[in-house]
This record gives sequence, C-alpha cells and structure tokens, in this order.
Amino acid sequence: MDELTKKSYKLRRSVIEAVYRASSGHIGGDLSVVDILNVLYNRIMNVSPEKAHDPDRDRFILSKAHCADCLYAVLGDKGYFDINEYLTTFEKFQSRFIGHTNTAIEGVEMNGGSLGHGLAVGVGMALAAKMDGRAYRTYVVLGDGEMAEGSNYEAMMAAAQYSLDNLCATVDLNGLQISGPTKDVMNTAPLGEKFASFGWNVIEVQDGNDCDQLIAAYEQAKACKGKPTAVIAHTVKGKGVSFMENNVKWHHGVMTKEQYETAVKELEARYE
Amino acid sequence: MSNITNRQAICDTLLEAAKTDKDIIVACSDSRGSGSMTKFFETYPKQSVEIGIAEQDLVSVSAGLASCGKKVFAVSPACFLSTRSYEQAKVDVAYAETNVTLVGISGGISYGALGMTHHSLQDIAALSALPGMRVYLPSDRFQTAAVVKELLKDTKPAYLRVSRGASEDIYDENTAFSDGAVLLKEGKDVLLVACGEMVSRCLHAAELLEKEGISAGVIDAYCLKPLNGELILKAAKGVKLVVTAEEHSPYGGLGSMVAQLISANDPKKVLELSLPDGHIVTGTAEEAFNYYGLTKEGIAASVKRALS
Repeated sequence: MDELTKKSYKLRRSVIEAVYRASSGHIGGDLSVVDILNVLYNRIMNVSPEKAHDPDRDRFILSKAHCADCLYAVLGDKGYFDINEYLTTFEKFQSRFIGHTNTAIEGVEMNGGSLGHGLAVGVGMALAAKMDGRAYRTYVVLGDGEMAEGSNYEAMMAAAQYSLDNLCATVDLNGLQISGPTKDVMNTAPLGEKFASFGWNVIEVQDGNDCDQLIAAYEQAKACKGKPTAVIAHTVKGKGVSFMENNVKWHHGVMTKEQYETAVKELEARYE
Repeated sequence: MSNITNRQAICDTLLEAAKTDKDIIVACSDSRGSGSMTKFFETYPKQSVEIGIAEQDLVSVSAGLASCGKKVFAVSPACFLSTRSYEQAKVDVAYAETNVTLVGISGGISYGALGMTHHSLQDIAALSALPGMRVYLPSDRFQTAAVVKELLKDTKPAYLRVSRGASEDIYDENTAFSDGAVLLKEGKDVLLVACGEMVSRCLHAAELLEKEGISAGVIDAYCLKPLNGELILKAAKGVKLVVTAEEHSPYGGLGSMVAQLISANDPKKVLELSLPDGHIVTGTAEEAFNYYGLTKEGIAASVKRALS
C-alpha cells in the first residue's frame, strides 16, 4: 500500500478516535470523503499552515460541513493546529471544534453546516480570483444527498455563466443519506448529466476512495479551460470499517467500546 | 422635494468611491434597474456581478467574493433579499462575518399595489435577529449617502433598507452622522422615535402637535441595530409618552426595540405605530399609509388619543 493511501487510513483512525471520545460525529460520511480530502490537501492544492493567509493559496470549502470531523483530522495532520486538541475536545463543552466547519479553526476557509451553501460561496471565491488575476483554484466538496438543495443549481448556472475554470466541485457520491439510500429519499442522479447540462466539464471517478484515480481526475480538471469541472466521486459510506460500510445507520453513530476497538484494529491493520 | 431617491444616492456614493477603490463590488439579481445600479454596471463592468433571478446565490456569491477581500454591496428588492436568502444572510454573511452589505431596495410597502409578495414588513425583525448584523433605515438621500460611506470604512456585515420613491430632504450634504440616531427636535411632553420614511412624517406631526400646545421631540433612529439607546433614553426623560413609527409589522421592529429599552430603563407608556399584522390594503404606498394612519395627521391624532 502506498504512503498516501496509508495516510487515508491513519486519518480514518484519527476521526474514529475523535468521534468515539465525543460520542458524536458524522462518521459514515467522514469515512467516504477522507480520500478526497487527503488527495486535495496532500497532493493537489497549494495550501499549507504557513500560507494560511497567502492571497494566492488555493481555497477549499467543505459544503457537506457535517464532515468537519474529517476535515479537522486532515488539517491537524497537516499541522494547522495541534491534532490532540481536536481529538480530545471535539464537540465538548466550550470547544472551538464544533460539529460543523467554522473559521475559528486554522485552515478552515468558510463556515458551514447548512447544506447547499458551499458551491455558491465557492463561485464568489473563484470569481474574485478572476477579477484579481490570481491563479489560485477553488475546491468545493458536496454530498450526493446535499444535491437535493436547489441553491446548488443556482450556483452551477453562475459558475458556467462566468466560465469559472478555476472552480472544481467534487461530489462525494456515497449513495446514502440520513433517511436511507439517496435514490429512495430523493433521487439526485444522474449528477454527472446534471452538471454537464449546466455547461460543466464532468469527470466520473469510478472508485472515489482510490487516491490515484482522484489525483488523475484533479490533474485533468486543472487542464480544462473555459468551464468549471465537477468530479463525481463514487465512494463507499463508512469505507474502511467493515460493519459501517454501506450501512445507513452509521450516518451519525455512537460506537460502543467494542465497536470502537474493532474499528481501530481494522484500520490500523491497513497501515501497520 | 428632491427627485433623487435613496437608492440613487447609494449608487452615486459607490460610483464616487469606486474611482479609487477597485475592491468595491455591486452584485445584483436582475435588479440593477430597480436598484438604480445601471450606471454602476456601465461605469465599472469589472466590479459588477449579475447573478440573475437567484437571491440565495446572490448572497452566497457575495460572501465568497468578500472572503477574498472584496467590499460587496448585494442589491435586490428588500422583500426577496430579506426572506428568500435569509439563511444565506444568516450563515454566509452574519455567521461568517463577511464584508457584505445587503441592500434591500423598495423596502416596506414601496411596491404598493403589487401586493404582499412584494412588501418587506418583517425585514427589521429578521435581520436584527442575526448576531453581528447591523440594520439601517436612513430617512433621506444625504443620510443614505453618509451611511454608505461609513459602511465602506469597516468590514462588518450590514443590512441597508431604502424606499423606492424619493424621500423628503431632512438634512443636507454637510450633515455629519455618527451615533446611529439624530435628535431632530427636542420636546417635553412626548418623544417620537422613527426610522426611514416615517421620520419626515413624525417631524411634521410634531409641528402639528406644537400648534395644539403639545411639545413633541423627534428622533431619527436610522440605525436600528445597534440602537442608540442612550440618546433615546435621554430624550425620553420626563416625557409622558414615547411613540414609535415604522414601515414594518408590529413585531420585532423599532417599536419592539424601543419598548424593550424603555420598559427596562425608564418604564412609561410606549405607543407603537406600524403597519398591521395582516394583509396590507391594495393601493399606492401613500394610500396605504393614509389608510393606516401613518401620515402626519394620523400620527398627530394617535398621539393626542394616547395622551388623553
């Protein structure tokens, strides 16, 4: 197993620990989106703690902000803050690590928590780059359930209207949302065709938990000129923990001690 | 009366400021005409953003621009801006503390007979309830321009509501504003506190009351949040009655705020004049104001009734 993939599993291990200690967290989506965040932060984006306020840094918005748990693990691993603070205080009384993204945390670019906001905010960031002649790119990560929010489609229109080829949206398409399979709750498919019909370049990633496939997609997105790119990443909710995989019950779940120990064992076996 | 509207004053002020500030952005939702922003779009196309009929997108995109250093004025009819995109105002502007001024044009019942969909009689309550959001309802074109200039000096969120038609001049281009409220007239029997279109009406009502031997003070509370409570309490000291007048529903607007202030600090009767909690009568804004007693005569009559 390559180092980047190993890192994905180490990040999963951190998330599991924080969520177990907090007895709260959107663990299923954390585990599906982690490879996307790992690839973006460690291979694709021009970001680092030293560049946290550099006007030319790439911008990132986690629109499915309930997976802040996962973003915190990635940012902590990158050195934006002491990861132990996250691991021990996540969602605890008076913690700054609340259950959704907020800019009080170093490295977080925009507050989140209500779905259907991130893509439009990302349009504004990408538009500002065009206005200022800056080369930074803006990345937004959405959920497939989130794509039921109508505001996303307003943002999709505007991104195409302004030819925002510096904007890249990723849908973490894990096929599940809190009430059940997305196709049964409110079918947002076919997402690739929807983006394409709005004038976007669309890249389907067959295994959105495969770092190499994701890297290839993001490199392809960078090369696309004249329109924004949507990466439709087909992922597995709960990926990496056998009893959580594709199990809707783990959208937001509290682990027993035994479950936690099993999860840790499974994850550690992947990178040790 | 001048024919320069408050929305025109906003555009003129931004046109002037944008000469030296390339970070000023005006964003519209197919509202550049109704927002009197056509000239800005023509003069500074690179600082103008058209979002189309999509108010939620308007506010979120504005927040994104602001997070990258832009000073954004998101201009859209107050009725849609304050409700359709309320969550975007809450999350992307207020909570994220982005440098966005939400400019609600044709506020209150400006659209007259176009009906309830086009009235914004909940916006003071709604926007004031957002942490960190400042709320302004200037009373004339000079004050409007001054508020815009003030807002350009900091990076905090604000909601600015103006009417559709021209407002009577109360000030002039040399008036300085600093405290969010202006004591326009002192009075010892009653204090009238108003905002927006109701300020000039209250000034005239006070003149009518004086003729009948009632001494009425008038405050222009153009900044609803944060409200200048100190000035209001000082002017209210010793009066028998405090009256508020606003182009808003009876809930959560200027009346509620002043009543809250007075009851906590100097308990006395507060008469709250506003539009009703219900469907507004069909007609021009002036016809409706007349119907609901929000004219100088109507306000003076309400004050006399409350005093008797």
